[in-house]
Amino acid sequence: MTAQPKMSSLKPFDVEAARAEFDILKREVYGKKLVYLDNAASAQKPNIVLDAMRDFARLDYANVHRGVHYLSGKATDAYEAARESVRRFIHAKHVDEIVFTKGGTEAINLVAASFLGPRVEAGDEIVLTTMEHHSNIVPWHFLRERQGAVLRWVDVADDGSLDADAVAAAIGPRTKLVALTHMSNVLGTVTPLKEIVALAHAHGVPVLADGCQGAVHELVDVQDLDIDFYALTGHKLYGPTGIGALYAKRAHLKAMRPFNGGGEMIREVTRDAITYADPPARFEAGTPPIIEAVGLGVALDYLSSFDRAAVAAHEHDLLAHATAAIADLNWARIIGRAPGKGAILSFEAEGMHAHDLATILDREGVAVRAGHHCAQVLMERFDVVSTTRVSFALYNTHEEVDVLVSALHKARKILG
Amino acid sequence: MMDESLRELYQEVILDHSRHPRHFGKLAEPNHVGEGHNPLCGDRVKVYLAVDDQNRIADVAFEGKGCAISQASASLMTDMIKGRTVAEAENLMDGFLHLVKGEDASEIAADDRDHLDVMAGVSAFPMRVKCATLAWHTMKSALEGGGTAVTP
Repeated sequence: MTAQPKMSSLKPFDVEAARAEFDILKREVYGKKLVYLDNAASAQKPNIVLDAMRDFARLDYANVHRGVHYLSGKATDAYEAARESVRRFIHAKHVDEIVFTKGGTEAINLVAASFLGPRVEAGDEIVLTTMEHHSNIVPWHFLRERQGAVLRWVDVADDGSLDADAVAAAIGPRTKLVALTHMSNVLGTVTPLKEIVALAHAHGVPVLADGCQGAVHELVDVQDLDIDFYALTGHKLYGPTGIGALYAKRAHLKAMRPFNGGGEMIREVTRDAITYADPPARFEAGTPPIIEAVGLGVALDYLSSFDRAAVAAHEHDLLAHATAAIADLNWARIIGRAPGKGAILSFEAEGMHAHDLATILDREGVAVRAGHHCAQVLMERFDVVSTTRVSFALYNTHEEVDVLVSALHKARKILG
Repeated sequence: MMDESLRELYQEVILDHSRHPRHFGKLAEPNHVGEGHNPLCGDRVKVYLAVDDQNRIADVAFEGKGCAISQASASLMTDMIKGRTVAEAENLMDGFLHLVKGEDASEIAADDRDHLDVMAGVSAFPMRVKCATLAWHTMKSALEGGGTAVTP
């Protein structure tokens, strides 16, 4: 499902109880209470995740899939249980459709190298949108540079929304893949994935979604979407860095060539030949980030323990509050107002560069992102050098939005 | 109450330079041109120099887009290096880099220091040092034959 979760008959989400799980939210910066609004860059981690990683490392740790000893079995069980948590979180049909990666970037690079690379000839096309993060642009540029692939760009509307028919119109006889974000890291736009997948499949074209933001804020059901590839990253999902996952349909994974070579991903190695392990092991060469995988599994179970619709309602309230306040400033221009967008808010401030603004907000304890957000194609599309971005997590509050707004007024006083 | 270091960073002279940059634009006949780019924030600056046969910077101009710190620093730099020899400009740059990093900048002559001191507040904001140094690195790369300077 990519539709907003239903809002009816829900208990409101208890944000104060949730905050208590995040020690970092109690700290100060420059003597001011931390207001952390850079969640689209990376989310903070609840104690339950940090404790689970520490306990696993302290008491149950060994390498996975290797030894015959007791701890090796324990660690392997924990690692594979984390894979099952990922499967459950995105409702994949089979646990072997989940490949652990370093993060979303590696997941997309894996698809580019192992799936699309061998299938692309000069003149073949890859359809992208102008709001992609560089991690969903550069791997396809590699195929352009090295194999002559052609990148076909689908533009977003002025409000940041993406029309599924515009994507369909870009698909031609030589299109080999549609690669697009589930949710823009700059605009907050949520794309009509299910519709796009259906339109692409009608032409026999597979679809990859960059779910690094989408998986955090939307309920993901890869079977319902019928999507071919879905990439996610752990550290934005309240989990650790260094771990992410690629979902790929079983048939795709079976047909894909290996990515990195090394231990774990082989069946047999001789002087003259090698045979490869079945997926997902085929794509997990070397000792994986075991402790991080365990942390990711716990993070996803933690997030799933909430009523996700209530969390989404809370985040949308914060977005509406901040949007109203910033729209009220006659010197700020919000970029990205697509209907149904998620809890990310980018804006440009008249006469103030985003870095100057962010520096002043920082001294008020307010952490925001300023810059191009690894989306230079989108910056060019909207003719801005950089924007200030506010992005919400489940632990943010209305009071924090108020602190942000008063810090914005102060910045205006200093710089305006 | 305004944070003292913020007041120092965004003092009136800085804001004035960034709003009304000196020597902003192109030179008709530059013999050294450099482009600078800060890939982290997307800021860009282009520096034009006309160096005469005495190795003196007869004229200078810059254009670019960026934050108040980068624009003010570029503007101030053009004021400071115009009329100086290349060697003097490079020495001034060394001193400036020390100053904004909060290091010993005693090599800067006293009357130069009076002008450059407005940038000293940057040293309290380590994340912003690159903004202040971009134009200077670009000036140096222009003198060394062009190419794109990228803030290190």
